[in-house]
Amino acid sequence: MASDSDSDEDFVTYGTPLEPLEEDEPLKKPVPLHDQTVKDEKGRYKRFHGAFTGGFSAGYFNTVGSKEGWAPSAFVSSRQQKAEKHHARPEDFMDEEDFSEHGIAPREITTSQEFSSSRRDEAGEKARAISAQAALIPGDTLLEELIAPARSSIGVELLMKMGWKEGQGVGPRVKRKARRQQMDGGGKVYGCTLPPAGSEESEDDDEEFAPENVTFAPKDVTPVDFNPRLGVQGLGYRGLDPSLALLGHGTAEHIDLFKPQSETRNRLFGDTKSSSRRGGVVGQAFGVGALEDDDEDVYHRDSMSRYDTILGEEEPGDSLYGWTAPQQYTKKKVRSKDASYLGKILEGFTLAQKPLEEKTIFPPPCLPRDYRPVHHFRPSVDVSHLSGVSPALAEALRVSKGHMVKEEPQQAGRHQLDSGQRRALLGEDTLQGPSSVMELLRPEDRQRLLSFRNSSNPPSAKTSTPVSGHASQTSGKSAQVLPASSGLQQEALAAWRGIQTSSQTFKPFEKNPSKQARYELYLSRLKQGDNDALEQSLDPGMTEWERSREREEFVRASILYRPTSSSLSSRFTRAKDQEDDDSVEVSQDQEGDLDDKQSAVKMKMFGKLTRETFEWYPDKLLCKRFNVPDPYPGSGIVGLPKVKRDKFSVFNFLTVTESREAAAPPKPPESGKKSRWDVSEQKVEKKKEDPLGELLSAARNQTETKVEHTPTPALPALPASISSSDQAPGSKPEIKSSEQQSSEQKKEGDEEEEEEEEESRPPMDLFKAIFASSSDEKSSSSSEGESSDEEEEKVTKEDEGKVDSEPLNLFSIPSSSSATTTSSSATTTSSSATASSSATASSSATASSSATTSSSATASSSATASSSHQAAVSTQASEQEEEEFGPKLPPPSAALIRGGAASMCPPIKEVKTGKKSKEKKHKKKKHYKHKKEKKKKKHKKHKHKEAAEEEQGGGAGEQEGEDGQVSTDELLKRSEVTCQSIER
Amino acid sequence: MAFPQPRPQAPQIPQHLLRTIDCQQGAVRAVRFNIDGNYLLSCGSDKSLKLWSTSRGTLLKTYSGHGYEVLDADGSYDNSQICSCSSDKTVILWDVATGQVTRKLRGHAGKVNCVQFNEEATVILSGSIDGTVRCWDTRSRRYEPIQVLDEARDGISSLKVAQHELLTGSVDGRVRRYDLRMGQLHVDFISSPITCVCFSQDGQCTLSSSLDSTLRLLDKSTGEMLGEYTGHKMKGYKLDCCLSSKDTHVLSCSEDGHVYCWDLVEGSLSLKLPVGKAVVQSLSFHPTETRLLTAMEGRVQVWGADEKGSA
Repeated sequence: MASDSDSDEDFVTYGTPLEPLEEDEPLKKPVPLHDQTVKDEKGRYKRFHGAFTGGFSAGYFNTVGSKEGWAPSAFVSSRQQKAEKHHARPEDFMDEEDFSEHGIAPREITTSQEFSSSRRDEAGEKARAISAQAALIPGDTLLEELIAPARSSIGVELLMKMGWKEGQGVGPRVKRKARRQQMDGGGKVYGCTLPPAGSEESEDDDEEFAPENVTFAPKDVTPVDFNPRLGVQGLGYRGLDPSLALLGHGTAEHIDLFKPQSETRNRLFGDTKSSSRRGGVVGQAFGVGALEDDDEDVYHRDSMSRYDTILGEEEPGDSLYGWTAPQQYTKKKVRSKDASYLGKILEGFTLAQKPLEEKTIFPPPCLPRDYRPVHHFRPSVDVSHLSGVSPALAEALRVSKGHMVKEEPQQAGRHQLDSGQRRALLGEDTLQGPSSVMELLRPEDRQRLLSFRNSSNPPSAKTSTPVSGHASQTSGKSAQVLPASSGLQQEALAAWRGIQTSSQTFKPFEKNPSKQARYELYLSRLKQGDNDALEQSLDPGMTEWERSREREEFVRASILYRPTSSSLSSRFTRAKDQEDDDSVEVSQDQEGDLDDKQSAVKMKMFGKLTRETFEWYPDKLLCKRFNVPDPYPGSGIVGLPKVKRDKFSVFNFLTVTESREAAAPPKPPESGKKSRWDVSEQKVEKKKEDPLGELLSAARNQTETKVEHTPTPALPALPASISSSDQAPGSKPEIKSSEQQSSEQKKEGDEEEEEEEEESRPPMDLFKAIFASSSDEKSSSSSEGESSDEEEEKVTKEDEGKVDSEPLNLFSIPSSSSATTTSSSATTTSSSATASSSATASSSATASSSATTSSSATASSSATASSSHQAAVSTQASEQEEEEFGPKLPPPSAALIRGGAASMCPPIKEVKTGKKSKEKKHKKKKHYKHKKEKKKKKHKKHKHKEAAEEEQGGGAGEQEGEDGQVSTDELLKRSEVTCQSIER
Repeated sequence: MAFPQPRPQAPQIPQHLLRTIDCQQGAVRAVRFNIDGNYLLSCGSDKSLKLWSTSRGTLLKTYSGHGYEVLDADGSYDNSQICSCSSDKTVILWDVATGQVTRKLRGHAGKVNCVQFNEEATVILSGSIDGTVRCWDTRSRRYEPIQVLDEARDGISSLKVAQHELLTGSVDGRVRRYDLRMGQLHVDFISSPITCVCFSQDGQCTLSSSLDSTLRLLDKSTGEMLGEYTGHKMKGYKLDCCLSSKDTHVLSCSEDGHVYCWDLVEGSLSLKLPVGKAVVQSLSFHPTETRLLTAMEGRVQVWGADEKGSA
C-alpha cells in the first residue's frame, strides 16, 4: 500500500506509457511479416534484403536513382554555345543521404570546429586521411599534423578571459583551510575510513604561513569520463586486432583480449621478444599449425588467476577519491600481511583486517551440593480472584509477579463478570420469562426430579453429615480456612466414589501437566473413596495459599466434570478432532470497568481512574505525513493490537457450582441468591480497588481485615467459597442476617427481585462446559447488545441532529431544560443506579465482606480519616444512597469531615434513582424521543407550545427524581466551585 | 535589554460587537478563523461554504459542491486549501483561489461532524457520526483513507490536531488522544457525551465540553482535572468551546443565547456575552488577537476587546 502511494507521488514520468491493458479487450493480431514495411524519409518503401545481402535496398531496385536510370547526357558543343568544361564533383555522385547529418558530406548546420568541444570530428579526419592518401606525396600532411596550430575551444577562451589559468580548477576561490576541511571531514564515510591525507601532507607546511587574505583556486579535477559500453563484451574488452595477431607475438600466452595496456606498451616500445616471433594467428582458439614445434600448450587450461577479478587496480591517486575510496590505505596493509601468508590463503579469501576478539569463557557456577535439577512451575494464579487472602499479601504477590501485572486486569475483567454484571454494564434489560427449565415444571414434579436425582447418588445423602465433621477434623487447619469447601469435597467424593471406569477423559488442567497429574491423583483417590484425597494429592512443596487455591479448583473441577450417567453419556460423543481455534481474538487492552469510572467521574476524581492508555499503532504513511518517526518500526499492526486469548478456561466455570447449588439442593433460595449477590459484589469491589492508590488501599484494607477477621471466620475464603459457606454448619446465623437483608432489599423494589431471579438462572455455564464453543456465541450476543445499545444512542443523537438540521425556525424557539433530557443524563442515572445497587449490596455485605473498596467503600474508608477534598464530596453522593439502603454504614459524621461542603449543600432531595430499574429508564428514553417529536411539532405550530410544555411537565413528573438528582449534583458542584473560589 | 519589559496588560475579553455579517446561507453551522485570523469561513446549512474578510466583512468566495449542509471547515497553513465536511458524508478539499473541488473524499458512513488539517496540510482528519476518524492523504491520489480510527463507540463530535497529536471527543463520553510519536492512545472518560474538544495553546491541557453543561480542563499528560467551568447550558446541541488566544480564558457557546467566558485559572465567570436569543451555534477565537467569532442563526458576529477593534 505504502509503496503504491509512493509511486503515486512521482509526478515525473519518462517515456510514453503503454496503453493500459483492458481485460476484456481481445488480443491484437500480430502484424504479419509482409505487412511490416520500412520507409525512408520520403515515404518510399525500403526493402530489406537481409543482413548479408546488402541491407536495405537503395535507389531504384538497387540500381539507380530512378526508373529511367542514368539519363545519358549528350555532348553538344556549337559555335554559339561552347560546351562548358564539365568538372565532375564528388557531390554529383552523392545522394541526399550522403549530405545528411551522418553522411560523408554533411550539408546541414553543424557546430564549427571553433566552437566544438575537444571531441574531434571524425568526418573531418576521415576526409583529411583520404586526401592524404590521395595526395601525390604520401605523408605530405604529416608535417601539418605534427605542427598543429594551437587552438583552444571557445569555452576555454571564455574561461581564460574570466581569469582562469591552465592547471587550475574551476570554481570560486577558496581559502586553504576550507579546502582542507572539504577534503578531510567533508562527506560521510561509508564503510571504511578515508586514507590519511598523504599527498596533502606537504601542503600542510604552506598552510602554516598562508596569510588570511590569500585565496586559492580550487584544485583541478579531471572529470571522469565514462564511455558507455555498447557491446555485450566484458569490461576492458578490446576487439581482436588482425594486424597485431599477424605479428605473432605472444604465442606463449594466449591472445589476451583483456590486457590492452601490455599490447600497447609492446607496440609502443617495440618489444623485441615479440618481433622475433613468426607471424600467423596462434593461440588457443586457433590450434597449433603443422609447422609449429611447440605444441605443449594444446590442452592449455585457462585459469581464473590470469584474469582480473578486482576492479580498479589502475586508479590514480588522490584526486579521484570519491570513486575509489580507500585504496592505498587498505592495499598496503593487506599486502604486507598477504606476503607472509602467501600460498596458504584459499582462493577467494583475504586476510582479516582485525584479529578476532577472543571470547572469554567463564567457568560455570558451582552448584550447591543439594541441588536437584528439577523445576516446579508454580501455577500462575490470578491474584485478583482472591478475596479471602489479605490484600497486603495479594499486593505482594502481584508485585512479585512482575511482568504479569499487565495482563491481570483483563483476565479479571473477562472472567470475573457474570452474566448479570455484563448485562448491567451493557444496560440490557433483564430477560423475561422463566429463567430455568425447572421453573416451568410444577412444584411437585420438580420435587420428584430432585428426589430422583438425589437417589441416583445415594451415598451423598447418607455420608454427608457425619463425614463432614470428620473431614473438618482431619483436614485440620485447612478446614479453618475453608470450611465451606468441605461440603463440596463430600459431594465430590460422593460423585466419584466407586467409579472404576476411566470414562473421565476431560483434563481441565491440561496446560499445566504437573497440576493435571495432581488432579488425576486426586481423582483416583476419590474413586477409592479416600476422605483425605484432596489433602494427600496436593503438593506439600507449595505455599499454603497456593494449596488452598488448588484445593478449591480441584474440588470444583471434580464436581463439574463428574462422570455422567450412562444414559446421558450415550447421547453425547466426544469431539473427534481437537478444535484448534480455542482462542478468541480480542483487543489486547480492554477498557476497564465502566462503573468504576462512572463513580470516579461522579467524584470528579479525574486522572488515574478515568485515564486509560493503550498501545496504538499509527499507519506508517500517517507517521510520514505527520513528520514523525514510526513509533513501532517494523510492526505490521495498525490501530489497536489484537491478541489471541483462551476462550476456554477453567475459571469460566468456577461460578457454576454455586448456581447449581442455588437451584439443586432444597435450601432456602434466598440464601443461594444472596450468596450469589455477595460474590458478584465482591468481585466488583475487587475490581474497583485496582486503580486506586494501591498502597493506601492496601494499608486500609489491612486494618479493616484485621478488625473484621475475627468475628466472621468464614470470610477469608475464596470468593466462590463464600457462596458455599452457607452449607457449612458453622455459618448459619450469618445466612440469617443476609436473609434479613435480602428481605429488606426485596421490599425496596420488585424489579430488583426480578433481576435476582434472573441472576440465579444456572444452566448457561453448564452448557458451556458441554459445548465449548458457546462462549463465542455469548460474546457475539453481548457485542450485539452493545451495538444495539449504541444504535439506540445514535438514534437519540440523530434525533438531536434532526432537530438541529431544521434550518432557521429552530433557533427561534428556546429549548426548555426539562425537554432536553439527553442520553447523558440517562447514562448518569444508570451509573447511579448501578452504583447505588452495588452500594446496597455491599452495605448489606459490609458486615461480612472483608474487601471493601472504592466508590461505595470510600464512604467507609473515610472513616479512616481520609480527608481528601473530593472524597468528601463523593461520600456525599454515596451517602444519598446510604440513606435509602444502607442499614450498616459508617456514621455520617465521619463521612462529612469536610463540613464546609456539607453545610453548604442543600438538604438532599429524595433520591429515587438508585433503585430505578432499567425498564423505567427505557420508558424514559422513549418518552424523551416522544418529546423530541413533540418539540418538532412545536416548531411548526407555535400555538401548541403551551400545551406541549404542559405535557412535558406532566411527562417530566416521572423523571423528577432524576432531574432532582442532577440538580443536586450540580448544586454540589457549584458549591464546591464556590468553596474553591472562597478558599482562594 | 536596557528597558524593562512593559507591564503585562490585563487580559482582555472580546466584549464589543465590531461587525455583524449576514451570511445569507441559511443557518451558520460553524464559523472558523483561518490560520492567521484575517479571513473567516462560514459553513452554511444551504450546502455552501463562504470565505469572508474579517476586517471588512466582505464576501470573498463561495464554495459550493456539497450535497447537504456543511458542518465544519478548516483552512490550511498556507491558505491555499480548505477542507470542509458535510452531512452528505463527504469531505471536500477546495482550492481557495479557484473555488474548485480538488478532491471529494467519500467513505464515512454517516454525516461528518468535524474536519481538520494537520499542520502541514498533508492529511485531512475527519470525524463522523459513524464513530470513526478517517485520515485522508492530500498528497497522493488515493481515495481511501490512510488509516481509520474506529476506537470510539459512538459518533465523533469533535476533533483537533496539534503537531503529532490528535484529540477526539466522542458521544460515548470519552476524550481520546492519539499520540503518533509515542504510538499511544489515551482515553479519558468524561461520562457525558462530548460536544467539543480543544487543545490549549501551550499544548499542555485539553478542554472538553460535554452535554452535562460542563467544561473540563484536563491535564494532557495525566488526565487529571485542572478546572471545571459551569453555568452555561449545553444539553442537546453540539456547541463549540474554545480557549482564548493567550490561554487566559475559556469560552463556550450556550443554548441560552450567550457566550460564557470564564477565567481559566480561577474558574470564575468573567463575562456573559449576550449574542442573541437563539442558540449560539459556533464560535472561534482569533489565533493571536482578542477577537471572537460567534455564529447564531444566519449571522456571524465579530467581537473585539474595544469599540474600534484595534486590539
